[in-house]
Amino acid sequence: MSTIRLAEIAHARSGDKGNHANVGVIAYTPAGFDFLGKYLTETRLAEYLLPLRPRQVERFEMPGILAYNFLLRDILAGGASRSLRTDNQGKVLSAAVLEMPIPAPPNLAEMQRKKDA
Amino acid sequence: MLIRVGNGAGFWGDNLDAPRLLAEQGALDYLTLEYLAELTLSILAHQRSRNPEAGFVADFLTVLESLIPALAAQPKLKIITNAGGMAPAVCARQTAAILSRSGLGNVRVAAVSGDDLLPRLDELIAAGEPFTNLDTGQPLGDVRAKIASANAYLGAEGIVAALGQEARIVITGRVADASLTVGPAVHALGWSWNDWDRLAAATVAGHLIECGAQVTGGMFSGWTPAHSLDNLGYPIAAISESGQFSITKPAGTGGRVSVATVSEQLVYEIGDPRHYLTPDVDADFSQVQLVQSGTDQVDVRGAKGNPAPPRLKVSMAYCDGYMASGTLVVCGDQAAAKARVCGEQILSRLETAGVTLQRTHIECLGTGDTLAGVWRRADDALEVVLRVSVHDASREAVERFVREFSPLVGSGPPGVTGYTGPRMKPYPVFAYWPTTVARDRLAPVVDVRGAADWGN
Repeated sequence: MSTIRLAEIAHARSGDKGNHANVGVIAYTPAGFDFLGKYLTETRLAEYLLPLRPRQVERFEMPGILAYNFLLRDILAGGASRSLRTDNQGKVLSAAVLEMPIPAPPNLAEMQRKKDA
Repeated sequence: MLIRVGNGAGFWGDNLDAPRLLAEQGALDYLTLEYLAELTLSILAHQRSRNPEAGFVADFLTVLESLIPALAAQPKLKIITNAGGMAPAVCARQTAAILSRSGLGNVRVAAVSGDDLLPRLDELIAAGEPFTNLDTGQPLGDVRAKIASANAYLGAEGIVAALGQEARIVITGRVADASLTVGPAVHALGWSWNDWDRLAAATVAGHLIECGAQVTGGMFSGWTPAHSLDNLGYPIAAISESGQFSITKPAGTGGRVSVATVSEQLVYEIGDPRHYLTPDVDADFSQVQLVQSGTDQVDVRGAKGNPAPPRLKVSMAYCDGYMASGTLVVCGDQAAAKARVCGEQILSRLETAGVTLQRTHIECLGTGDTLAGVWRRADDALEVVLRVSVHDASREAVERFVREFSPLVGSGPPGVTGYTGPRMKPYPVFAYWPTTVARDRLAPVVDVRGAADWGN
């Protein structure tokens, strides 16, 4: 099965809330949003981020902007004040999520970013 | 009726020129400046404990000096900021001094306080407030003696009261970030405190602009080298009486306002989008829709509001020992392997010396260690940055750790460099304790005076 980077069909932003972080993943098109709805489950994202040991991953839908927001509980190893990691605020979790390999959908062209977006 | 609220600072340390440029170019009614992250108040509390004239975000005074011409030229321009930190009245007095000596002694300055619960903590505990940790469920008892700051998030009420008393500069302590925008909207657009959908709309507007350039092209993951971030414009929310609003930026500035940049900021640092809680409203972001309505202009619709929550969020910080981290650059063949050896050598030398540290962390930056194990490794780089970080209750132990870096230049593997800066210092850790308090336990305290009457 051929794979693509999630970044082909979505963009994202992440940040911190105490020891939790969130990543909002925003599809470029409605077709991409449908695909993410089926593929990018709480379980799959939790598996991908397992090395960072999130306690729980919870997904919320924001259909008006074609987004899924993921709340990643206790993923920051102490958060802004106590984490010893360079990325103590989860700023680059979005970059990591955009590198996630996903199966190439047959209708990929319908999901890719328009040039001026 | 439409008001234009621009935000010229997204955090303490943001661009010092942005507020002035936004005030000059933005045709603003209100300029907001947001400075307080979750733990900023503990740092300000620490500063105040050493100096009674400190405890607020001093950057604001530098910014204010730069804003004097705009304040003089635009008599309707008002400023709302949470720069007051732990000492809104001290900040207001020093603000008034600058205004007076700049010929603006008639400008009215407000201090909004009432958020600081630290002096009342025992009284509130006795009254039945448990201050249980919202995330972990731990009782406060564990850390009560070590609490360094305890601030409730106030809403827009105090800001509205200050504007109602004709303040042109409103300086608050801790208020919800979005309330800096909700305040002027309620004041100017004649809304009621139960216009939940409108309050939710202004809350979304405040959320979108509160981090400054993050909604106008900064941090945007669609960035390419063709996207200039020079002269990045800071954001403006143009809010109508109905609660409809658009996000834009001054013409001729860099960056962009598009559905994509606004979408990214809408999801920034939120949890459940159906319940974005502030003291003003329980806002539902989940059905928000965005439409590109012009160049660098996005219309925002669909925010819904429910009654404000009965309990207010409280951000506490407690003293939790010391941390330090240091870096070395390691170059040449097997750079990553050598860097790891250096990191382990630092820790093992400490152990030999009888120094044990509670928490330690080694990263070889450049090999994938920022998010170790998540993305692909790059262990063949010819240069990496070794970063070692530690945390311990004892300042002396952390001091000793700091001393172990420079010996590696001569006693480590070949190719170690980059130890040229001043020696890093252990710094005190203020750990985060999120909790809540019943809203009827506190009320904003609003003090509005002409600049000349602030007692300088």
